[in-house]
Amino acid sequence: MTQTQHPSGAKALIQGLEREGVTHIFGLPGGAAIPIFDALVESPIKLVLVRHEQGATHMADGYARASGRPGVVVATSGPGATNTVSGLLTAHMDSVPIVVLTGQVIVGALGTDGFQEADVTGITYPVVKHSYLVKDTNDIPRVVREAFHIATTGRPGPVLIDLPKDIASKPCTSQIPETLNLPGYVLIGPPDPKKIKAAADLIMASRRPVFYVGHGAVISGAGEAIRALAEKLQAPVVNTLLGKGAVDETHPLHLGMLGMHGTAYANSAVMNCDLIVSIGARWDDRITGKVDEFCSNAKKIHIDVDVAEFDKVIRTDVCVLGDARAVVEGLLPLVGRLDTKDWLAQCASWREKYPLTYSNDKGLASQYVLDRLNHLTRGEAIITTDVGQHQMWAAQFCLTKHNRRWISSGGAGTMGYGLPSAIGAQLACPDRAVWAVVGDGGFQMTLCELATAANLKLPIKVLIINNHYLGMVRQWQELFFDNRYSGVDLEGNPDFVKLAEAYGIRGLRINSVADVDRVLEEAAGIHDGPCVIDAEVAKEGNVYPMIPAGAPLSRMLIGPPTVKLEKPTGST
Amino acid sequence: MKDSHTISLLVADKPGVLVRIALTFARRGFNIDGLVVSRIPGSDLSRMTLTSSGDPTRLEQIVRQLSKLIDVVRVIDHTGDSSIQLETGLVKISLDESNRETIFATIREYRAEVMDESVGALILSIHGSTERVHSFVQAIPQSAVREVVFSGKLLVARGTEPT
Repeated sequence: MTQTQHPSGAKALIQGLEREGVTHIFGLPGGAAIPIFDALVESPIKLVLVRHEQGATHMADGYARASGRPGVVVATSGPGATNTVSGLLTAHMDSVPIVVLTGQVIVGALGTDGFQEADVTGITYPVVKHSYLVKDTNDIPRVVREAFHIATTGRPGPVLIDLPKDIASKPCTSQIPETLNLPGYVLIGPPDPKKIKAAADLIMASRRPVFYVGHGAVISGAGEAIRALAEKLQAPVVNTLLGKGAVDETHPLHLGMLGMHGTAYANSAVMNCDLIVSIGARWDDRITGKVDEFCSNAKKIHIDVDVAEFDKVIRTDVCVLGDARAVVEGLLPLVGRLDTKDWLAQCASWREKYPLTYSNDKGLASQYVLDRLNHLTRGEAIITTDVGQHQMWAAQFCLTKHNRRWISSGGAGTMGYGLPSAIGAQLACPDRAVWAVVGDGGFQMTLCELATAANLKLPIKVLIINNHYLGMVRQWQELFFDNRYSGVDLEGNPDFVKLAEAYGIRGLRINSVADVDRVLEEAAGIHDGPCVIDAEVAKEGNVYPMIPAGAPLSRMLIGPPTVKLEKPTGST
Repeated sequence: MKDSHTISLLVADKPGVLVRIALTFARRGFNIDGLVVSRIPGSDLSRMTLTSSGDPTRLEQIVRQLSKLIDVVRVIDHTGDSSIQLETGLVKISLDESNRETIFATIREYRAEVMDESVGALILSIHGSTERVHSFVQAIPQSAVREVVFSGKLLVARGTEPT
């Protein structure tokens, strides 16, 4: 066989992606990545040309969260690659499987400060599950196979492949290996029946249990099993921001989101329970507040696929290592109905006493817009969000009924996530309505991707909750820093309706309460491309309930404080 | 509370592995006090013995995070077990008539070995537990010590236990 009959490294790379079932690749070219883009020309994989590499990573992330399949990014060397770092962090913090391919300078130029050279593996070590700097073309088929295996199994996460241009250009004579040799990456087996029994015993001994459901439950598809378990036991369920949709949030046993901006009834249940069962959640500081006082009198069970999460934040009574769904299905036959009548009545009374409230008295309330969006979409649409106040309001009011329909940057809190993740989600689920709920701040960080959405005629609806402020920081400054606003006034915002029109897409505006339903319905009826809705909301609305960072749950504010608040002890 | 921990690692012998391990410590503000790395002949693996000190709960976390690294095959915290531990010290000292007798007495006491003797300088080697190696260096008049090089701790588990 002559050399020319072998595919180039780049071609072998793309063949590897095809073999993995990749349908879309999100990226933007540059000198070092040209061989990869060249190999894409005759591939059935659809290339989505983005306007900024951060957008590509969030699109891949949204694609992965909506579909459960890994999202793929391709970027060039140097700044192209460093632009993916926020997206890698976002995926890493939230355990999302994405594979990022970066072009690199030729091997001989590595470390010489060549044009558009960056030490990309070096820069990204802390934000990837694993990474490769490929120095032999024949390693490419194996590396691609390993990268997808690592990204998608166990606790998922991002994997980066840095590919020098000459390595991508040389012929590849090796094949995709049938078996993987990763002695340092051993997947956990089925959960230990003894641990499941211990957990079941603790559950059956409880009087006031609560299930605390996180992203792990979404990833493993444990929702149905959790619902069955909760129904069998008659135990209430709460979820984290990322756990939304694992269990239908409109279910009578569901108390909504817990934590810093969770519902008062969810947090009251957590504060008063005698057993809390974490299913794929990691006792994040948004959830626990002051750790020493978190559920200090309750037993704790922790179900997680990652052994390193056990006892990281909180000491638990029983830890069950395993896939959330397998563990919950293992628990089901071991438990029976608990006498929780009084406990459920207590939870119901909290729900009645402390409902989520808002008022349109001081102008259009953001919550009203999102409440009406929920009314319109009824938990069926995919909702992506940016980060900030609108995100919390959307989490509170847009109840999610199904798995993988709520897509939000949780751990990293990455502004700019909402629009690109919606693009990825829409490509993964072309028949589903996709709404990107964004703030006027975060939207402007990645709004260049309107061009990407417009070009693909994706019918995503971008709902801007526009309060002309970086609202969450403004809220903190109002509550904890004596109203001293610093760096939060977004004076100079563009006219978002005209902006949409400049991209050749529909722009709609909500100015008052009377506009809300009409405009949302109009937007829902646009199917031939994206649209932007500028909802001009009250400027100084605040998100309640609120537990000040680092404070115990008992310090939850249901509404505006009546006394001056101390500065929070928690970091953010 | 600060504890010194000795951790052994079996890792893939490839570039970047050490960085990933070091970052796991650095991110939490932990120092690596000692580190020995060498390739295991006839394999594509390397052995590391690493010492670090700090809050034991945090170190337990670090060990768990280390075991998650794809290139780390095995990691064991040997703190408190009865593993065989060994360290080597090389000590360069200034030798003159005033300290000659004291220094040679110390060499005999510790059964240290003279590796090189030149005009005014003596190079000694000492093997044994970290405590013994350090104690030897302490026993030499400090004004005579010019340079000290420690190997870092080597460790192997007893009996059939894996390291």
